Amino acid sequence: MSDTVIEATGLRKEFGTAVAVDDVSLTLERGQSLAVVGESGSGKTTLARMLVGLETPTGGTLRVCGRPRPPGRVSSRERRRRAREMQIVFQDPYSSLDKLQRIGGVIEASLDLHFSLTPGERRKRALELLEAVGLAERHATMLPRQLSGGQRQRVAIARAIAVEPQVLVLDEAVAALDVSIQAQILNLLADIRERSGISYVFISHDLAVVHQISEVALVMSGGRVVERGPTGALLSDPQEEYTKSLRAAVPRPGWKPSRRAVSGSAANGSAASGTAAS
Amino acid sequence: MTALDTVRPRGGFRLPRPGPALRRLGPLGTGAAVLLAAVLATTLLAPVVAPYDPNRPDLFNALAGASPAHLLGGDALGRDVLSRLMWGARTTLSGPLLIIFLSTTIGTTLAITAAWAGGKVDAVVSRLLDVLFAVPGIVFALVAVAVLGPGVPGVVLGLTIAYTPYVARVVRSAALRERQLPYIAAAWVQGRSAVGICVRHLLPNLRPLIVAQSVSALGFAVIDLAAISFLGLGVQPPTADWGLMVKSGLDSATRGQPLEALGAGLLIALVVAAVNILGDRIGREEGELR
Amino acid sequence: MKIPEVQDKPRDVREDLLDVRGLSVAVRAGRSWRTLVDGVDLAIGGGEAVGLVGESGSGKSMTARALLGLTPPGARVTGDIAFDSDQVTTMNRRALRELRARRVAMVFQDPRAHINPVRSVGDFLTEAMIANLGVAAAEAHARAVRLLADVGIPDGERRLRQYPHELSGGLLQRVMIASVLAVEPDLVLADEPTTALDVTTQSEVMAILDELRRERGMAMLLITHDLALAAATCDRISVMYAGRIVETQPSTTLTATPRHPYTSGLMLSRPSIDTVADRLPVIPGRPVAAFESGEGCAFEPRCGHAKPHCRDLRPPVQDVEGARVACVRAGELTLRGDVDV
Repeated sequence: MSDTVIEATGLRKEFGTAVAVDDVSLTLERGQSLAVVGESGSGKTTLARMLVGLETPTGGTLRVCGRPRPPGRVSSRERRRRAREMQIVFQDPYSSLDKLQRIGGVIEASLDLHFSLTPGERRKRALELLEAVGLAERHATMLPRQLSGGQRQRVAIARAIAVEPQVLVLDEAVAALDVSIQAQILNLLADIRERSGISYVFISHDLAVVHQISEVALVMSGGRVVERGPTGALLSDPQEEYTKSLRAAVPRPGWKPSRRAVSGSAANGSAASGTAAS
Repeated sequence: MTALDTVRPRGGFRLPRPGPALRRLGPLGTGAAVLLAAVLATTLLAPVVAPYDPNRPDLFNALAGASPAHLLGGDALGRDVLSRLMWGARTTLSGPLLIIFLSTTIGTTLAITAAWAGGKVDAVVSRLLDVLFAVPGIVFALVAVAVLGPGVPGVVLGLTIAYTPYVARVVRSAALRERQLPYIAAAWVQGRSAVGICVRHLLPNLRPLIVAQSVSALGFAVIDLAAISFLGLGVQPPTADWGLMVKSGLDSATRGQPLEALGAGLLIALVVAAVNILGDRIGREEGELR
Repeated sequence: MKIPEVQDKPRDVREDLLDVRGLSVAVRAGRSWRTLVDGVDLAIGGGEAVGLVGESGSGKSMTARALLGLTPPGARVTGDIAFDSDQVTTMNRRALRELRARRVAMVFQDPRAHINPVRSVGDFLTEAMIANLGVAAAEAHARAVRLLADVGIPDGERRLRQYPHELSGGLLQRVMIASVLAVEPDLVLADEPTTALDVTTQSEVMAILDELRRERGMAMLLITHDLALAAATCDRISVMYAGRIVETQPSTTLTATPRHPYTSGLMLSRPSIDTVADRLPVIPGRPVAAFESGEGCAFEPRCGHAKPHCRDLRPPVQDVEGARVACVRAGELTLRGDVDV
């Protein structure tokens, strides 16, 4: 069994005449966390949606767990099989859950679809999963509106890992959360990966978050990959102008906002102050 | 943290839904609900509570005014007006209820199918609904009556077709919005089938809207069916029906017995108003949930 | 809910432009009241930039709204809000309108929701000048073009003819800032002005706001969830938690030596672009609103430094080496700030 879980070559997506994703290739190894970094309109979300089958690529090939995923209609059976390879967590914890479905029901429905368990086993497993994401049994009977944003995102994660996928795509999964909650979810994701050996595709605009969660990263702009490499090296020593400008725009100690976001020695945060005063 | 939580003695995760929001209806809404409940009870209990056989002529009572024996007097044939109003509730309401049930079922199915499938299916269904919507309901009923002959079946068929877009158009646009939400995408990535998603997620979430829409359509259906019966093409004499009673009652009114036409007309107006008020309240409730 | 007594705050000789004391806001929830802002003291001098930092439910936005009399209908606002010695809480509608039109301007998170979509950018910018400042139409137009140039939009003539939907979020936020500059207010309330924007756009918009504010001597209250952003753009920062201000310090000392455990936790739990933590130090639990907190310190359930007596009493605000901190242990704790300053 190969250790490459995702192999995408030359992925392309057009919406009418607009090109959202243009010739993007990536590989993801088992247990690896790959970040896709970009601003709005960079095509990063479209890329994520193509990976999980929510959009059909206009061009390029995609292999997941060694099996090709050609475009075209897929049987329900095949879709359920694919679901056990890759799952997704979305940005908005509020609309990611059916507001009429109780939390336990969300997880149980997921288990019911993929595994043949007795009702007792299913319920037990659902509670285990809720516990694994830091929720308690009492949450099982609650409706989404009774939970906070962070708790809902935990439910969305539990629903995704209930299927026991090889890859979890996280599309800005912590962007809408409070700072203190963001850290909790990032730690939770690290724990889950350590325990299960799952791989992540982490879509984000936030370089600091990406730094924390991924080993390798691609930077996207205008639908294309502008730079890629190990996350640490990419952030400490960016080669491309665009990556440099992203890096320079992150508020951090000693940083000053700058009208010209691109500046040569921005990496140490000192150059920007001169421009702001001009 | 789980170890400290007390174990709940509950079998499953589903709890009963919070009770109907009757107390949120307000005084007007409650009045409307009580009136409708009373009318519906009468339709069921007419054989028990009606003082006379609605179709038994009594020449001594012809065009008689109100009296202790006949509280609302008699019609041109001397039939007891009160009894006919009670029995008439059955025909007057069962037709519209059937029309709304059928058109809501067909309309919702069409709407969700169109919204889910998108593309050509959606385009065809939407155009069809637009065309149907452009034609007044009464025209469909008249055409159906022309083909099938006067009587309730033709009118129900015609009005069912006419009312289908009324529900379908609103449900379609709501379904289009709803299916954009990430929880639907999540269910799809989970491997759930399209039908499964529509039945388990879309339909329950659209339910309040569907109910509000069909309740307000019911008001129109009552008026339309009464109007058609008034024209003599719907319910056929001697069956008691409010629309028919307005027609025959007008004749009696010119001869000094206005109670038949007044009673039937007033009941139609009250029932339609009550239905509309309820539809409005349910719609508002739906708006607050969003 | 007690209104704290007026403390003998070491205030500057000059009158503060904005002086808020004991501000509380509560909204009705059924039969009871829900406190969202609980005894906030806040002062902003002329030309000064103050950051109000907090998570959801902290009451930071409601505080800003209360300053302009923009609380939701039926809200109960108590305390003192003095703007240039005028009481805002007792102002009638007319005076409030006047205040909002000329003296205090607001920049919102979502400019699209606050700019009329069917009027052109030109109409939006010149309307306030013509109506509130009595500027002639031609003069207003010329001034609008200059303002757009000031906020980094060079082709002003063309932009004035455009409609909001033709502009990106970043451009629209600049238009919003231009509209604020048009009336030359004394104070700008910026409520998460860059949260909806990309980082590079955020940097530019904040730079523009910062630069123009300094040039024109306007004071600013920046409401944000981003402590690093506030630290980079404000002179002084107040951190809010559960409707109260838990700590106020100059930005430079706050990031180096936070005095409240919440401030420190907020800083440390944010991942860094320079270093990777094995595990992020987290604040357990979730942020609460004022009405959800008990009798004692609202942060106590989440605090790693809490002692039993923290639960008994709302910690009063005290001075600790130039910081104003609402924590009974502030004097004895040494907390970590940004690691590498």
